Formats: sequence, structure tokens, C-alpha cells
Amino acid sequence: MKKFLIRRLLLSIVILFFVSFIIYSIERCLPTSYVEGKARQMSQKAGARPYEELLEQLTNSYGLEGNMLQGYAKWLSNAVKGEFGDSWVWSKPVTEKFKDVIWYSFAMSGISFIFQVIVAIPLGILSARKQYSRADYAVTVFALIGISLPTFFIATLLKWVFSINLGWFDLYGIVGRMHEQLSPIGQLLDMGKHLILPVVTLTVVSVGNLMRYTRTNMLEVLNSDYIRTARAKGLSENRVINYHAFRNILIPIVTLLGSTIPTLFGGAMITETLFQIPGIGYTSYLSLTQGDVPFTMFYMVFLAILTLLGTLIADILYAVVDPRVRVN
Amino acid sequence: MSADSNKQDKDVQRDLEQNQNEYISTSGALDDEQRVKVLSPGALVAKRFFRNKLAMAGLIILVTMFSFSFIGGMLTPYGESQVFRKNDVILKDFAMMSENNDFLYTNAEGKDFPSIAGAKMILAVNNGETAFEAKDVTYSLIKEDENLYQVAQLSPVANVLTLKGKSSFTAEEESGAVSEAMKNAYEAAVAAGEDNFEAEGVSYYIVKNGKESAISIMDRTALASKKVFSAQGGTTLSYEFKLNAEKAFNDHASSFSADGNTYELEAGENTGFIRLDGEDYAIISAYAVRPVGSEALSLPFIRAVQESVLANEASMEYTADGGDSTHYKIETKGNEFKIRSEQMTQLNDDFASPNKAHFMGTDGNGMDVLTRLMYGGRISLMIGFVAIAIEILFGVVIGGIAGYFGKWIDTILMRVVDVVICIPAMPLYIIVGSIMDYYQIDPRIRIYLLCAILGLINWPPIARMVRGQILSFREQEFMTATEATGIRVSRRIFKHLIPNVIPNLIVIATMGLGEIIIMEATLSFLGIGVKFPYASWGNIINSVNDIFVMTNYWFVWIPAGFLILITVLGFNFVGDGLRDAFDPKMKR
Repeated sequence: MKKFLIRRLLLSIVILFFVSFIIYSIERCLPTSYVEGKARQMSQKAGARPYEELLEQLTNSYGLEGNMLQGYAKWLSNAVKGEFGDSWVWSKPVTEKFKDVIWYSFAMSGISFIFQVIVAIPLGILSARKQYSRADYAVTVFALIGISLPTFFIATLLKWVFSINLGWFDLYGIVGRMHEQLSPIGQLLDMGKHLILPVVTLTVVSVGNLMRYTRTNMLEVLNSDYIRTARAKGLSENRVINYHAFRNILIPIVTLLGSTIPTLFGGAMITETLFQIPGIGYTSYLSLTQGDVPFTMFYMVFLAILTLLGTLIADILYAVVDPRVRVN
Repeated sequence: MSADSNKQDKDVQRDLEQNQNEYISTSGALDDEQRVKVLSPGALVAKRFFRNKLAMAGLIILVTMFSFSFIGGMLTPYGESQVFRKNDVILKDFAMMSENNDFLYTNAEGKDFPSIAGAKMILAVNNGETAFEAKDVTYSLIKEDENLYQVAQLSPVANVLTLKGKSSFTAEEESGAVSEAMKNAYEAAVAAGEDNFEAEGVSYYIVKNGKESAISIMDRTALASKKVFSAQGGTTLSYEFKLNAEKAFNDHASSFSADGNTYELEAGENTGFIRLDGEDYAIISAYAVRPVGSEALSLPFIRAVQESVLANEASMEYTADGGDSTHYKIETKGNEFKIRSEQMTQLNDDFASPNKAHFMGTDGNGMDVLTRLMYGGRISLMIGFVAIAIEILFGVVIGGIAGYFGKWIDTILMRVVDVVICIPAMPLYIIVGSIMDYYQIDPRIRIYLLCAILGLINWPPIARMVRGQILSFREQEFMTATEATGIRVSRRIFKHLIPNVIPNLIVIATMGLGEIIIMEATLSFLGIGVKFPYASWGNIINSVNDIFVMTNYWFVWIPAGFLILITVLGFNFVGDGLRDAFDPKMKR
């Protein structure tokens, strides 16, 4: 186990090195660089120095001098020390901005994750127990519709129905207009209210996969010999399902859920952007579109780490939950 | 349990019933007729697939969507980016009318009255003075009425000292003698209480100052009046005309003469209409009517406007000389009146509600929504198929090589797969999209680039699947058998290995198509995918970024979203059914 972990971690570092290099090169290809835009803006002010001079000065102060390889080496040497520099758009250290916004994303994804589990697992089990029944078809169709719905469409529909036609929620943002005047509990409730539509959106588009995964695994378990044995012994159907079968579908489900935990921190870029929730996704979207290299680099590397972490957790959990599997 | 056994009984029964309808051989020999009919694997898969209701529904959806996009696009009478125009009546400002409260100056012939003098004059009027000085010239103000002043330069001719009813005249040094006629005229004017008189064809003006008075020649410079004159056809009206007309208007006279003509005056409360020989000649009025455009206003029109406005009417009908009747609306804003005409203008027929010509209305550019949905379907489906083809090409080649050769080749290729998987897709698309935006890549080329990028990012899962399958097949008996029987390598791969991978590949491709269509729609929705003038379902929904469109014109964006949902659902149903048919053990 220890050996496996060390090997995987070393491998992850190599992968991260290549991933960050690719991302950095693509980002340096961005022709509409933030620095150029800023220099142009500054040069148009009264009494400003000429554009070229400003550009050179800004390039130096943003650490963009030299070619791409030099820039990458500089970025990497700082990143290893945990210094990701100052965000250009937000004009504060990248990690500080990250700390400000990550909890919105986590709250949103976390609540949606809980809802997914609550909805998907019972429904998946139900549809497996009554295979080819109406309920089964309904669940399958529902799950497939969820998978087939584009996030932006369901978000727009929800806004149209609940914000515009019914007027129950605000269209955008995490806080209402009167947020400052509210008591601390009121402020919390206000934010909760603004999270309802994004959470519903996230849940609807991602519940389908878990539902179908549960169903497939439950079907497999129900067709296995030990279930037949349990039934043959005359156990009640409820006991067979809830005790013998359920325990065994926990293995794949825990593995899947474990591997999705890191992605809770990744932020849902589209959903956050559509509802303007100031989480990591929306913040990164704004940084991306404005060419903020330090923040984007940090975000993309962060996502890559989460992906690697997810597969690692899945592998470990698989070994932990199912003793038949050996990690290496 | 009981439900299952019931179902099985039913199945058996149904099979029996079906068999009864078939011809049953009575032959006892073990000939062809008696052999058990075995379906080929392909037919078995097809049979299972066609039995699956959801898969059939999916197939029907896909056939419908394909016909909608490709055949529909051919049948529709409109083009993809054909803009529809409509004629509509819009209100345009035509003229303004306002009460005039400023003095307007009319210079006497050959005289100049600078604007600084005008400002000084207003000061003098407000202070009740009768003379003012501007630019070393002394002007005298001659009040005719509250709103009418003559400005004149007086050059003294003589001084008069009146003592005990007797006047003694002293001529000014420069301007010579004082004639008897002048003296008599002066006496007469003083006796009548007038301040001007005429003698020997020259006008004189008397300025009194206690016992002394000065007789001056009056040199008229300008007329200052708050009345506005409008003349027919831009004729300039003379000083004398204006002076006499206004005097007559103030006196409510019915005629006056100026410049040797006699004019008729029809005076109202605020406005007087002046005719010459029965024809409209000019209008004198407290109100100014100005055109908004460059077009000059005709006298009858001004007259009509004034009559309507002063009668507090909200609209007026005016028939021009040509006989064209135009409707004008009158809007009041403080002391200003706006005369707006309804004019026919050609406009883009945007956001038209669904109607006979446009079954789904038109969008913000005045294009037919239904037609754009059809062409959008073509592009969305095309991007899906091209991207999935690229994915499969990369996935099969890389996964196949890794799985078949194994060892260090496998290790290296799988690390490449790991790296590509770790690159976050969405941020990458946004960066690439903005790079394409910057270089202003042609929208058509952009579509191909989009296919390439979507394909190049999404191949790793396919490579992994192919590698896994090939690894497991390599260990199975049939592959050992091919090796043992000495079949050559290329045949082993293409005849025995690849066909076994294909079922999974088809399922993954079908499901992946749906994902690509969603991805493309999302990018187009964010404005970095397919660009105008090409339609895609995503960029049709893009219009909801304007809240006004989202609120009021549901018919623009809801159908597009619905089509994406239905199409992707169709692909998922079919993929699901295929998986079920290929591998019945998986049971969906």
C-alpha cells in the first residue's frame, strides 16, 4: 500500500508537470493579453508615457519577459514554493482570492451532492427491484433526460419559470439587495435562497449518472448466487434487499462517490456563471475571459490535481471496501 | 419472484401462439426443416434492439431529427441567414412649436446690429432706460409696445429751449439750419404730444429733457420684437413690413401698408395671418414653428399647426397641395409642442410572433426561427459526427497500440492519456475560443476547428476502453487459438480482435455523440462556439443573455433547447438499447 501510494504520487507529479506546461503554453498563446490591454488603457490617459514603454514596464512587472520556456520555469519554481503570484484581474494574491471564493462553490456542490445521493440511490434500487416495470422505465427515462439536458438550458428554464414568471428568486447573485441590513441568520438564509436554483440545476443535470450506476450494480447483485441463497432460506424480500443486496452495492457506490469528492471543490463553471454565484467557477470564468494568467494557471492546475486525487481515492477506496482487490 | 414467473409464463405462451401460426413440419427425418433455427449474432443483436421500446423511441427521434435538419433544410423556402423586412409606421418628429419669449432682431436695410448691442438692449429694456451704448455707439430705444422696440441711432440736428411757451431753436454746428417748416412741425408735434414729426420729407425725433429738447434725425438700426414672422417660400420680410404689420396686429387693424403694398390682416389672439391680393403672404405670431428636419415648412402647414395646437388638439390631419393627407400627433412637453408624423419605414421583422409566414416566428435579426433551427441541426449533428470520428480514430489507434504491444509502449501511451485527461476541458475551450475570436477566424473554418478541438480533447476514455478490452481479449482462449493455428498478425488483429471491440465502441460513440452536441451547444451559448451567420442550436439560445428576450420571446429559445434535449435523448436511448442488445447480461 505504502509503495503503491508513493509510486502514484510520483507519477502524479510527472503528469502535473506536463499538464501545467501544456496549459502554460496555451495561455501564453493568448494574443489579447491582459498586459497589452492594460498598457493601451494606461497610455491613453493624460500625461501618460508612450504605449511601448508602458508595455515593456508592465511585461517586466508581471514577469512575462523572456520566452515561454523561461516564463514557465519561473512560474514552476514559484509554484513549487506555493507562490502563485498576484492575480491581475482581482489585484490580490491568487491564493487569497481562492480562499475568498472556494466556499461558495463547495457549499453549492456539496448540497447538490447530498441531494444527488438522496434521490439517486433509492430510485436506482427501486428501478432495479422492479426491472421492466413502469417505475423502472420512468426512472430510466428521467435519468436519461437529466443526462441529456444542457446545463444552460435547464438553468434558463428555471430562471424563466421561478425568477421571471413567479418572481420567487433573484435572477443573479448570491445575496439580495437588502443583504446588509439582515441579521446574521437572515444573511445566511438569504444566501441559501440564492443557492436554491443553482443547486437544483446541478442536481438535475448530474443525478442521472448516479441513478443508472446504482441500478446497474443493483441488478448485478440481485442476480448473484448469495441473493438467491438468501431468498431460498426464506428471508423476507425487504431483508434481502435492504441488508444483503444493499451492503454489496455499497462497494461500487462508495468507490464512485469517493472519487467525486475532490470535484466538489472544482466549482461548476457554467452553473456559477449563469447564476453569477461568486464561486471558483465564475471567478475563473471572468479571469479566463480577461486573460489573467496567474489565476487561470492556478485554477487549471488545481483542477488537474483534483482529477488525479479523484482517481487515486477511487483506487484506494476500491481496495479498502473490497478486500478481494489488491491495490498493486 | 411471482411477478417474474408470471412474466415468463406469458412469454412462453406468446411464443407458443406465434409458433401455432407458423408452418409446422410433419416430416420425421432430420432434414433442414427440423433443424433448430439459429439466428446469426448480428440478427440476434438486431432482434434484441428492435424489441427495446426505449431504443425504438430513440431511433424514431433520431430519424425525425435527421429529416428535420437535412430534408427540412432543403424544403424550407427561406435561407439560413435570410433577413425578413417589414413595413411599419413609426412616429418621427416633424416640427416643433414653442412660444417665443426672446427678442428677435430685424436689421434695417444696410444697417448692422451686433449681438453685443442686443444684449445691452435687453438690459436697457429691463431697467426702463431709453438709451444704451454698445461698442462706442449710442443707441436709442423707441418703445412701440411691451414686445416691440425700434432701435435707432439719433443724430441731433437742433436744440430747443422752451421758455414760457416760446421755443428758441439752436442749430447743431454740423448739420446746418433749422427751417420754418421744421419749426412748425415741431410745434404741432409738441402740441399733439407726439415725439416725432416729419418735415420736408425727413423724419425727426424729439428727445425731451426738462425745458430743453433735442431734435434728432432718427436713423433706424434694428427692430426688436418678440413676435415671429414666417413668410411664404422663404421671402425675407423688410423692416418696414414687420414694423407696420406688428403695429397693425397690436391695434387689431384689418389692413396695413408697407413697401407700397396694402396687406390684409386677419388677426387672432396670438396669431395674425397676412394676405396679399387674397394670397397667403406671411404669419405673425407669438409662437415659433420650426422644422426638425431640413425640409422647410409651408405657410398653410404652419397655420394649421398653430390652429390645432392653440385649440388643444391631440392630433391633426393636414392635406398638402398635392392632396396627400398626413396624420400628425401633437405632444405637449412644457411650453414646447412636438408635431410628430407617422411615417412608413422598412424595418427588420425581428421577434415576430409565430404566424403563417414564420411558423416559429423570427429572431432578433429578423430571421426565420424554424429555418435556423433546421440549419442549426445540420451543424450540431455534423459537428457531433466529425468530432466523434476524430475521437474514435485517436482512441482506437492509441488504445489499440497500447493494448496490443503492451510493455513500455503501453506505459508511455497511458501516461499520455493521463496527461490529456488531466487538462481541464472547459477552461481550455474558453481560452481556445478567445484565441479564435482574436484572429477573427472565418465562421466556416471555425466550425471545423471546433470539431477538431472537441475530438482532440475527448479521445482518452475511448483509448482506455479499447486498451482494456484488447488486454482482456489477448488473454482469452480464442486469441491463444489464433496464435496456435499460426494466423498472421494483421489478420489476428483485424479479423479477430477489432470486431470484438466494435460493439463497445458503437455504444460509447452513440452516447458520446450526445455529449459532444451538448458541449458544442454550451460553447455556442457562451459565444465561443459556432458564430453568426451560421446557426447552431446553442447560439440560437444565446439570445437569452438579453433578459428582455428571455422574458418576452420564449419562442426564440425554448424550441432550440427542446431540440437539443430531444436529440441527445435520442442518442442516449439508442446507445442504451445497443448496449443492452450487444450484451444482454448487462441489462441496461
